[in-house]
Amino acid sequence: MLVNEKIAIDHGLKADEYKKICDLLKRKPNFTELGIFSAMWNEHCSYKSSRIHLKKLPTKGKKVIQGPGENAGVIDIEDGDAIVFKIESHNHPSFIEPYQGAATGVGGIMRDVFTMGARPIANLNSIHFGSSQHKKTKNLLRGVVHGIGGYGNCMGVPTIAGQTSFDSSYNGNILVNAMTLGLVKKNKIFYSKAAGLNKPVIYVGSKTGRDGIHGASMASASFDEKIEEKKPTVQVGDPFTEKLLLEACLELMAGKSIIAIQDMGAAGLTSSSIEMASKGNLGIEINLNKVPCREAKMTPYEIMLSESQERMLIVLENGKEQEAKKIFDKWNLDFAVIGKTTDTKNIELFFDNEKVANIPVHTLVENSPMYDRKWKKSKLPIKNKIKKESFKKLKIKDVLKKILSNQNVCSKEWIWQQYDHTVMGDTIQKPGGDAGVVRVHGTNKAIAASVDSSAVYCWAHPLTGGKQVVAESWRNLISVGATPIAITNCLNFGSPENEENMGEFVECVQGIGEASKYLNFPVVSGNVSFYNQTKEVGIKPTPSIGGVGLIKDYKKMITMNLKEIDNLVLIIGKTEGHIDQSLFARTILDEKNGPPPEVNLFNEKNNGQSILNLIDKGYIKSAHDISLGGLLTALSKMCIKGNKGIKINKSKNLINEVEYFFAEDQGRYLIEIKPNNFDQVAEILEKNSVHHEKLGVIIEKEMIINDKTKLTIDELKSYYTNWLVNYMGS
Amino acid sequence: MKSSVITFPGSNCDRDMHVALKKFGFNNKMVWHNDNELPKSDLVVLPGGFSYGDYLRCGSMASKSKIMQSVVNFAKSGGLVMGICNGFQILVETGLVPGVLLRNKYLEFICKNVFVKIDNKNNPYFKNLDKEVFEFHIAHNEGNYFCTSDQLKEIEDNNQVAIYYCNNKGNTEKKFNPNGSIKNIAGIFNKEKNVLGMMPHPERMIDQSLSGEDGSLFFKNLIKNIN
Repeated sequence: MLVNEKIAIDHGLKADEYKKICDLLKRKPNFTELGIFSAMWNEHCSYKSSRIHLKKLPTKGKKVIQGPGENAGVIDIEDGDAIVFKIESHNHPSFIEPYQGAATGVGGIMRDVFTMGARPIANLNSIHFGSSQHKKTKNLLRGVVHGIGGYGNCMGVPTIAGQTSFDSSYNGNILVNAMTLGLVKKNKIFYSKAAGLNKPVIYVGSKTGRDGIHGASMASASFDEKIEEKKPTVQVGDPFTEKLLLEACLELMAGKSIIAIQDMGAAGLTSSSIEMASKGNLGIEINLNKVPCREAKMTPYEIMLSESQERMLIVLENGKEQEAKKIFDKWNLDFAVIGKTTDTKNIELFFDNEKVANIPVHTLVENSPMYDRKWKKSKLPIKNKIKKESFKKLKIKDVLKKILSNQNVCSKEWIWQQYDHTVMGDTIQKPGGDAGVVRVHGTNKAIAASVDSSAVYCWAHPLTGGKQVVAESWRNLISVGATPIAITNCLNFGSPENEENMGEFVECVQGIGEASKYLNFPVVSGNVSFYNQTKEVGIKPTPSIGGVGLIKDYKKMITMNLKEIDNLVLIIGKTEGHIDQSLFARTILDEKNGPPPEVNLFNEKNNGQSILNLIDKGYIKSAHDISLGGLLTALSKMCIKGNKGIKINKSKNLINEVEYFFAEDQGRYLIEIKPNNFDQVAEILEKNSVHHEKLGVIIEKEMIINDKTKLTIDELKSYYTNWLVNYMGS
Repeated sequence: MKSSVITFPGSNCDRDMHVALKKFGFNNKMVWHNDNELPKSDLVVLPGGFSYGDYLRCGSMASKSKIMQSVVNFAKSGGLVMGICNGFQILVETGLVPGVLLRNKYLEFICKNVFVKIDNKNNPYFKNLDKEVFEFHIAHNEGNYFCTSDQLKEIEDNNQVAIYYCNNKGNTEKKFNPNGSIKNIAGIFNKEKNVLGMMPHPERMIDQSLSGEDGSLFFKNLIKNIN
């Protein structure tokens, strides 16, 4: 087929990008070549609008073994062990086909992790749906949860934590972000950089079919009324094959025959072969007739652009083909030598004895477009003048009931009960806590992980919001007793071609960068998902941050459930009464304006490190960070989980009771200590200039506030647990 | 004591079972589904997971695996064979234990702790246990046990029900049934009581830091009984 500008535009390329291709090649591309360019140059694969900003993120640190640029990031957890982890979006496919979209999102991220030689040990996810009143929400939620469970459960990898939110800005574009952590020996990490000439290029895994063709291009465009027509671009997952692929790859990796390995994810065989060649500064030659195909008469174009799942590309040492084939035969997986590395620095494709494509690798990678898009700076909104008299009418009990049963606060047990969270026998903190925790098998160490986002704060002021998400991730890890090490980020935004959406991206990234730099909490992997919008309307900016930390002695892990009657509960960090953008402001006052709470990074670091110090000394019996819904919400969760009550006497300080209990000031935690340790704890906190207050004493099953408000733990439980179950009707 | 855990393609609780058996003193071997012969064993375990991706019907393809012929022979000669979760599904497909396992009543995968009541201790698995109600863990999509009324009568007449779902007091009312199984049945024996199939995973309850320790009681007692 003849190629022209119109066909290029149909492939999602811009006219000037097509011209650039012709200039680089010094000729017109053929149809297959155009397909390859469109796959490599789309937003999803090329990061053309985000690269220039992502460069500013801190990615290095003492514990960082591998930062962004590989299949996943790698951090050192001592004793020769390392953790490989990454988060990735599968938003567009999940909206079109929730089960398969979510399932293959989970499959794809696990493949990124085991490609590097690591056995996946934990999955997490961050999922965001439209308003609970929207007609599609229930089915999308059900489909996504079934999809995540269907894939992860079958793989035998526990899903240990997650986050779910509802907001009307996701009505036409839900978010599904999946994160995986894997465990590997430091000296057995595998990379995607090819090396050496005439090395065999091996295809393993499932056969190539016509599914998912142009999936990455679909993920790089906005939705319109015709989304249903895009169903064929959604891949179909087979977790059984992936489980076999995992075991076969790890078996092959135990030997020394692999030079480079890369999974076939977005843009399939195209991006995997080109990335390996590009990193190795080599050429690659592929005979497409050798590629195992599911259907007859697939064209070179289709073979190169298929996003069939559960496939890997490997560059092997010469002479190791038989040894490797034996392993894949044992696991009943396809194995084919499809090409070799060359010194041409071109990707050369052959089909039916004809050369069907010949493209210099650098034109696809280094020469890919990079844009410095126009963006608009956001001003910090002016603080709301909230009439405090109106607070007097409010009853604490009524407010707490509304907040605990709010869809973004309430228990998500209906969701995580559908995920196998205990397989592998090392899950020591299940979903529902501040972070999920798994032991490093056979050791005293444990890894904590959490995933967070605060779209409302990011929407109100992207710079502050970006900082806040990182700080919250840090606090969640601290709260379980883990030393935070590094983060992965999944940046979900609207169109980069819209100046406001692009501004949200730029400033959120800036905020993330500032916080991660200050907290020494570097970004080691991640992904960008733009065009999360339907027609002209973008989603609220939603960067998801996946944080990972280490607990050196898993017996020192902390949970949030209150432990013992008569113990004291302290608040760490100062409560100033910031109400704007709080859940209280939105749900009780119906007030959506104003700035998000300020993030003071010095306090975050200081308070967090002091808590770790107290945990290490054995003073803390339970802990929980204060976030969405404020102090009383956090405290209620501790009561519910520990099945214990609390008697609170609020000190008569300047701020109003409502502000005190529901403000969302940052950098705060609740901790439980023994009364006879109070002096030692106070001394440590004061020495470090950490603000602290006595909040109350743990009692039997009742929450008593200033003697006038009384709630039983069973009441709190019913507010907290019923909403989602009732909504889903089971 | 020698045990064997069979690994089918798609098994994913095989390692967990291996860890548990070793922890309580078994000399355990992992056996590949495509092998012909079982190693000499005092106990054979079919572990949980998704053998053959649950395609066709849970457990059905695994029940035709090469190794299964010798597992069936071993069971028929009185050897102890225990199937957990997917292993239970495989056992019903071989016909070693009666009945079938349907999809959970609410069509959702369930992962949580449950209580089970041991009805009959006159067998090598539960003999000498000093309590009746155990807290175990379930994680399955197809654990809804079903059989015909004739089969049920025969099962009950022969005391073949191994465990029932219940609450922490041993109450076996319907509301404590997580998956819709007939009569709250969570596990079942063959007539001779040397073959046990059950949905709960005792191997996930062997550590205070995990879900609890009732699995430890089960395994400690099991190895004593076999000795």
